[in-house]
Amino acid sequence: MNNFDYQKAATVSDVVGKSTFVAGGTNLIDLLKYNLTNAATLIDINTIGEHHDILEIEDGVRLGALATNADTAYHPIIEQRYPLLSRAILAGASAQIRNMATNGGNLLQRTRCYYFYDPHAPCNKRLPGSGCSAINGYNRNMAILGTSENCIAVFPSDMSIALSALDAIINIKSEDGERSVDFADFHRLPGDTPPIDNNLKPGEFITSIDLPLKGFAKNYSYLKLRDRASYAFALVSVATGLELDGDTIRDVRITLGGVSHKPWRVKDAEHYLIGKKADRENFSAAADIILQGAVGFAHNTFKIKLAKKAIVRNCMMALDPSTQLPGAQPSA
Amino acid sequence: METESFTKTHQATTVTPRTITLSINGQQHALTILPYVSLLDALREYLDLTGTKKGCDHGQCGACTVICDGKRIISCLTLAVMKEGAKITTIEGINHPIQQAFIDHDAFQCGYCTPGQICSAIGLLEEGKVKSREEVKDSMSGNLCRCGANQQIIDAIMQVKGGDNE
Repeated sequence: MNNFDYQKAATVSDVVGKSTFVAGGTNLIDLLKYNLTNAATLIDINTIGEHHDILEIEDGVRLGALATNADTAYHPIIEQRYPLLSRAILAGASAQIRNMATNGGNLLQRTRCYYFYDPHAPCNKRLPGSGCSAINGYNRNMAILGTSENCIAVFPSDMSIALSALDAIINIKSEDGERSVDFADFHRLPGDTPPIDNNLKPGEFITSIDLPLKGFAKNYSYLKLRDRASYAFALVSVATGLELDGDTIRDVRITLGGVSHKPWRVKDAEHYLIGKKADRENFSAAADIILQGAVGFAHNTFKIKLAKKAIVRNCMMALDPSTQLPGAQPSA
Repeated sequence: METESFTKTHQATTVTPRTITLSINGQQHALTILPYVSLLDALREYLDLTGTKKGCDHGQCGACTVICDGKRIISCLTLAVMKEGAKITTIEGINHPIQQAFIDHDAFQCGYCTPGQICSAIGLLEEGKVKSREEVKDSMSGNLCRCGANQQIIDAIMQVKGGDNE
């Protein structure tokens, strides 16, 4: 860890056009310890007077970028109207980390690929052109969808899997003004630029995340499958929101986590399901569409079958959300 | 442009230590430190409050858990300079029924994780969000116990929390 200077920001205009902001610090300070990020000056954005709240807005709900993950997950509006988001947040990290980590930071967290963290291993994300150690290395946790010959790392956020399913919008400020980005267009596939995780440009600052009105509060489920029941990153996770008319699907959202460099959502599968009966057979056919093009590596081919089964199971649980067990989710 | 920070090692600029005041266990402590000192290192190395333990130093074990403004946090992944004005409670400042419950249930062996477990348990009790034993286990998953006293730790928490031990 190299030394750095430190400043506290008072307003958003203190930070736009600059870089290396710290909020919760739960990923950034770890990256600094591993020398994976270097900052001449670290700017503390916790001291900014706004963007800490969860607010009702005309077309939905606005999540302040500086609200913590815990405060967001337990906020009455989120628990009641967006329980899918609440579930997904609470499936991630530990209680301590959720008390520190912020919503903006959650979207910007970096992969936990072990080769990315190992300074002695080639890694195109850490050192472009050095090669990918995961492709022919131990790749149990790695991606099966949207990979490139340069990188098979996975984006580890749980919160983002629900935000993808909810069609969230990310509000961004820069010296040039403000812009909003659809969640689907924020995170990137590795392609030939693995170091770039998302489309936030240098000098830009996430101020908030908007949730549209439709929250799927009646029929939703988040399923996270992992090597231990709690405090581990997903092997596969699934967020499902359903809108039903009797047993006919009127609207549906399905996003997969733990399988790609970005939240994996295939709208063709959702279109396929609309108007059909909400049953295993149709969910299974949709799962086949979602996993089209999936390619496994030596140790993670199991994820393809696991993801298909997880999608079906999670969609069935969404029919009756009370079937989701509290706390640790069973793995069977 | 975007890849620059990964290919180039910045020469750290000369940074001078600064004097900050931390509120710990109800006492104000002035200390002169560099910005990159974690809260954990500030407690242990600068203030001699060694009850808070360093396990992994990467947010994976929970041994460094302290209570900050009423919430349990890990002190290894925050900087001391970020906690000016916050009210921090460490194991040295705790007097809570959970401590007797840990003794009653033999909720430790070597004791290294215990300060973090106690702070985390108090955070859990004050948050009041979890009810069942399964939920308590999930909520304590950020604190590892390598001796394997987890069942007794959960027993101790359930006793203080009250309610159904299912």
